[in-house]
Amino acid sequence: MTGDRARPWLLSAPALLLFAVMLVTPLVMTAILSFNSFDFYGGIQPTFGFSNYADVLGDSYFYEIFGRTFLIALVTTVICALIGTPQAYFLLRMHPFWRSLMILVVLGPLLISVVVRTLGWAILLGNNGVINEALRNIGLIERPLKMMYTSGGIVLALVHVMVPFMILAVWAALQRQDPATEKAAESLGAKPFTVFRRIVLPQAMPGILSGSLIVFSLSASAFATPAILGGRRVKVVSTTVYDEFLNTLNWPLGAAIAVILLVSVLAIMVAWNRLVEKRFAAVFQ
Amino acid sequence: MAILELRDLTKRFGETIAVDRFTLSVEKGEFVSLLGPSGCGKTTTLQMVAGFETPTSGSIALNGRDLSKVPARARGLGIVFQTYALFPHMTVEENVGFGLEMRKVPADERKRRIAETLDLVHLSHLSARYPRQMSGGQRQRVALARALVIEPELLLLDEPLSNLDAKLREEMQLELRRIQQEAGVTTLLVTHDQSEAMALSDRIAVMQGGRLIQEATPFEAYDRPTNGFVSSFLGKSNAIDAHLEAGGPGAAQLRCGDIRLDGPVSSQGPGAVLVSLRPERIEFCGEGEGIVSGTVVERVFLGDQWLFKVKTGLGELLVVRRNSGRREPDLGEAVHLSWQAEHLRILEAGSAA
Repeated sequence: MTGDRARPWLLSAPALLLFAVMLVTPLVMTAILSFNSFDFYGGIQPTFGFSNYADVLGDSYFYEIFGRTFLIALVTTVICALIGTPQAYFLLRMHPFWRSLMILVVLGPLLISVVVRTLGWAILLGNNGVINEALRNIGLIERPLKMMYTSGGIVLALVHVMVPFMILAVWAALQRQDPATEKAAESLGAKPFTVFRRIVLPQAMPGILSGSLIVFSLSASAFATPAILGGRRVKVVSTTVYDEFLNTLNWPLGAAIAVILLVSVLAIMVAWNRLVEKRFAAVFQ
Repeated sequence: MAILELRDLTKRFGETIAVDRFTLSVEKGEFVSLLGPSGCGKTTTLQMVAGFETPTSGSIALNGRDLSKVPARARGLGIVFQTYALFPHMTVEENVGFGLEMRKVPADERKRRIAETLDLVHLSHLSARYPRQMSGGQRQRVALARALVIEPELLLLDEPLSNLDAKLREEMQLELRRIQQEAGVTTLLVTHDQSEAMALSDRIAVMQGGRLIQEATPFEAYDRPTNGFVSSFLGKSNAIDAHLEAGGPGAAQLRCGDIRLDGPVSSQGPGAVLVSLRPERIEFCGEGEGIVSGTVVERVFLGDQWLFKVKTGLGELLVVRRNSGRREPDLGEAVHLSWQAEHLRILEAGSAA
């Protein structure tokens, strides 16, 4: 009997151990670190206080960075949903042969390192980059469009990285729907766009929800893309944390920013989840 | 006048012919079933009528109007799908109202018609429910109401009862027939369930391999099947290979091995034939009065009836006896079987399923 009870724990022990060592420990240590203080001459002081949080929450500089980060994440999420949802629907309706080919195309970018892809974007977006050169050669513009070191550039590259997650999430939701519901709507007189808007889209909502949760949290904490395309000029939370840790060496302040990011992303995700599940209660079984 | 006219309807998928020169007409108010095993082309036929498949050749006319260029959404047919295909994110009322909304029916009239139709299917009290909160039978009614509320010229039912359990299926059969007659709507049913087809339809079209095999009333199709496939597909039947002796007009003479049988009047020429005999037409009788003798090799009690398998000189014969409280023969008991010659059906040889 006791053997039976212990077995599930024993079986999951390796995973739990890994989880505890690799995730819980650093998180807890970061949280503890965020309450310590920092002295330019003495380094990290093992004190306990909320001074770092007070510093962050009392400084408009950090508000700007948080605001920009969430705006970038939000816009990225919306664009991913707008592109990913129809694309998932097209995938669903494709001939199986083309579908497997297209899924490969969708997933392809995930096989390439984010850094490599982002450097590719940098080549395209720079003032003397491919896009600006091309536009100048056609004669559409005289001075280069500023795309590097802007939030817009970061969003563009993030969308490219994140869209596969959205497509996969929506696709999984669409596969669960009964294809006959579309035929039923059609037989009742609905035009193709109405079928999509009234029948397919509401049933895809669980997928759009989970996709946007993934995309939002990954975008809000993305590092490589904003670091390369935003540089020092367009700072986001993760690059700020990086700077605090590695340039200023103020680890406690960096830790406090990281904890605030974690908590606020969690809060936004939970709230969004609640809202959508309430609104589309009927689709979530 | 015929409401629906299918003429030489053919559908090919690559090399395979799913439906082969299928011709059928359905009268106004009539309930017609397309019956056949899976892969017989009945569903493809329905899909073509609904507008979800394009015929390779042949024509479909609804009320004299050619449907070949009309898209599914403009055909105005009511369709009940096998999976019901209710919209999971809409209430019963919204599901039923969807077709009216698409037709831009004003809100107050829409409300009235939804209420009337829900009343017809006895679901008025559940109008605010979501499909997932309902039982299979209730979902079935919602699907029916959604198809009927648009007052279609033709109602298409695609295996509507196959997802229900046996008891509910029988209830829904009666219910479906009542609703269809009350609404007075012309109906085309697709099913592989012969009892469903017989219980519901005015006329049955039996299909096999994409072709129409027999088109008749349920009674006629059961009692006078034109071929061995129909006779074995509709209910149970004993198929006996026999030889029809040459003879004058009048009752046929059959020979099966060294057993001679009297047959009914037949127009068939002499040669190999298939004789079909329904198990409920066979009687047990006393020694010497029987046509053949045999021993009981299987005996199954089904509550309202007994099912016997009797090994005879004609092969193993299935016998069905109504349970009327009599003592029935035991396993291994010798029995004598008799039937009336007119209950034999002489069919083309090799036409069994």
